[in-house]
Amino acid sequence: MSDVKNILLAGVGGQGILLASEVLSEVMMMDGKDVKKNEIHGMSQRGGSVTSHVRYGEKVYSSIIPEGEVDILFSFELLETCRYLPLLRENGQVIVNNLKIAPPSVALGKQAYPENLTEEISKQFPATTVVNGLDLALEAGNPKTVNTVLLGALSIMLDVDYELWIKALNKMVPARLLDINLKAFELGRNAN
Amino acid sequence: MQKVILSGNEAIARGAYEAGVLVASAYPGTPSTEILENTTQYKEIDASWAPNEKVALEVGIGSCFGGARSLVTMKHVGVNVAADPLFTLSYTGVRGGLVLVVADDPELHSSQNEQDSRNYAKFSKVPMFEPADSQEALEFTKLGFDASEQFDTPIFLRSTTRISHSKSIVTLGDRKQDLPAPSLERNAAKLVMLPGNARKRHYDVEQRLLDMEDWACNQSFNRIEKGTGKVGVITAGVSYQYVKEVMPDADVLKIGLVYPLPKQMIRDFAANYETLYVVEELDPFIEEQVKAMGINVIGKEKISICGELTPGRLQQGLFDKAAPTEDNSPELPPRPPNMCPGCPHRGVFMELNRAKAYVTGDIGCYTLGFLPPLSAMDTCVCMGASIGNATGISKVLSEEDQRKVVAVIGDSTFLHTGINGLMDMVYNQSASTVIILDNRITAMTGRQENPTSGYMLNDLETYRIDMEQLCKVVGVKHVKILDPYDIKLTRKTIREEMARTETSVIITTRPCMLVPRDNMDKRMPLYVEHDKCTGCKACLRLGCPAITWDEENKKSNIDKIICVGCKVCQQTCGFDAFLECE
Ligand SMILES: Cc1ncc(C[n+]2csc(CCOP(=O)(O)OP(=O)(O)O)c2C)c(N)n1
Ligand code: SF4
Ligand code: SF4
Repeated sequence: MSDVKNILLAGVGGQGILLASEVLSEVMMMDGKDVKKNEIHGMSQRGGSVTSHVRYGEKVYSSIIPEGEVDILFSFELLETCRYLPLLRENGQVIVNNLKIAPPSVALGKQAYPENLTEEISKQFPATTVVNGLDLALEAGNPKTVNTVLLGALSIMLDVDYELWIKALNKMVPARLLDINLKAFELGRNAN
Repeated sequence: MQKVILSGNEAIARGAYEAGVLVASAYPGTPSTEILENTTQYKEIDASWAPNEKVALEVGIGSCFGGARSLVTMKHVGVNVAADPLFTLSYTGVRGGLVLVVADDPELHSSQNEQDSRNYAKFSKVPMFEPADSQEALEFTKLGFDASEQFDTPIFLRSTTRISHSKSIVTLGDRKQDLPAPSLERNAAKLVMLPGNARKRHYDVEQRLLDMEDWACNQSFNRIEKGTGKVGVITAGVSYQYVKEVMPDADVLKIGLVYPLPKQMIRDFAANYETLYVVEELDPFIEEQVKAMGINVIGKEKISICGELTPGRLQQGLFDKAAPTEDNSPELPPRPPNMCPGCPHRGVFMELNRAKAYVTGDIGCYTLGFLPPLSAMDTCVCMGASIGNATGISKVLSEEDQRKVVAVIGDSTFLHTGINGLMDMVYNQSASTVIILDNRITAMTGRQENPTSGYMLNDLETYRIDMEQLCKVVGVKHVKILDPYDIKLTRKTIREEMARTETSVIITTRPCMLVPRDNMDKRMPLYVEHDKCTGCKACLRLGCPAITWDEENKKSNIDKIICVGCKVCQQTCGFDAFLECE
């Protein structure tokens, strides 16, 4: 059995998923691990469904997480979480942002946004953490820091030094947004 | 040595820098685009966008003939456009090294076909390296330049979406310093490909491939990794990673130079196994050559030619073990991409739909005009095809049906290969209408400058093509300039030009919403006054992502955070319900 850990990030184009996966990868590299990260640019950027795969451990081969071997589904939107649940392994963990973004068919009134998704997710995967990302981001002072709030919530589930997260944020977040993002990270870390 | 996380594309740019490259030229195309964008961080490299791939390669050929190491990059279908210079470059060979990076897109994440560029290596007799991660992307780029000069040949570096856009840890090196300085040097026997010269060069090309095949048998980029010795696998590129994941015990021959193949090495390896697999994405490129050597292998009967490989798909193919997939059930509404709020293309498609036009489409953000609710595109073949397609279909239609045909094309695509179609349209007297959606940028691929931008890749100002004059000198008598945010005018102009019995062109004038440089003035977002909204849903025909239907109240709503205040929706509302926020 390899020691590789698999984190699948999911959400909607424009939610800051790529930056979150960059920070996560950087943290794991600083922790001395082999890291691979994978995502599709292009069409998906314009409001489409987006995923990013992050894998780390002693030695990582495939940058795509083998199907059914996701350890943590780290998701920025409810509907997108459900889409990728089948890729989790048994007893996998879910962190989900408590947010609904209407896809086109819902926005056009042609289809309803599915109900009770949080319950559905927790039923299938008892190890589910729901985070009110937007509320905390607003508390931090900027709605665009949802991704950092969520990273904070993820950070307590991973066995990595707190200092490395702060170092990575310092390195990767633009200076003028750093303070707000550090605050957002703390709020996420203490959310649950 | 410094270690960093780089994408395959960033690593190729870094490799070019370390190899001492002086000139880089490209036309954007997913998943190759970021390579050229990343070369701009190295001031030693003269990097520029060409209007199409053929020109990009010709620029690279020129600088290589001048003695400079030159990098040219494109997506897989770009090679179709650049194929003409490529096949003869194979005969001339190089002076400074030339590496042509081609990025394939198995699974068609953002492409119109799934062609396997390895076939171009064999067809054009140009050797091809294929890296399996970012470290190899960097190393093979450098190796490519050395091999290019050593064997007097252009070199292909083949990437795929999962190599270009995956990140992994890379060790950086220094830039090569001792390269000869560029200069003028005449060598007509080698560079003037008239029949007499080219005939002789063809023998050199064939000998070169034989020499490289021998050489490749003793190079570390082709290597054997021992497992338990029971089964053997021949693989290359990203497929290697999936093999290591799914068959950790197999003996693996990992090929770094996929053309020409190291035949003796393959023979020696194959002799050890009763069960031998070839694992590769897309075409049976290695498999067919190995079988032609009389070696029995298992390949495409187990692994699909269509789509990309994944660890799960490989396992499913080889061991019949079903792999889970994402949930595509109808209860979970799909989330396709959409044009941005305020995109200047949107209103044009709404009106084309309303006019029941038959739209020969083209490739760009505007191809999303195919999706509902705009649903106004009937064909889309390749870049530039819309105009020729309109001319062709008009030839065989009744006069009434001819008037329905409208070609729609973006500015970058028009200058790429659309302009030739327009010359033909005028020259051969077609009555079709062409709409050029001029948003002054190559938006689809992430907003690259082009000759309509007025800026170059390095952000310096330059001449901006006058599209109106360009169409006029080609001979179009009726050229209309249109503000696509004016919906009444858009409707009127489209209808008038469709009715016309001569070639006519409409050019829209609004820039892409995402280009801060020429963005429209900051405007207030709109909101829907619910007292006035009758719930008629007319505004929903626009498909703006900022507008959502509120099923409970039977009214429309606007998301103020993403609305940019283009006011196109306001013009679709018959009840004045769309008001500006204070
Ligand atoms: C031969 C070829 N090269 C590159 C591409 C990638 N590509 C797709 S659309 C596009 C350009 C789109 O620009 P434009 O026509 O200005 O339309 P916009 O996206 O700005 O609306 C490019 C470069 C391609 N599909 N085919
Ligand atoms: S990127 Fe520009 S051209 Fe493309 S959809 Fe957005 S606004 Fe329109
Ligand atoms: S003004 Fe209307 S059409 Fe324009 S972005 Fe806002 S909601 Fe969309």
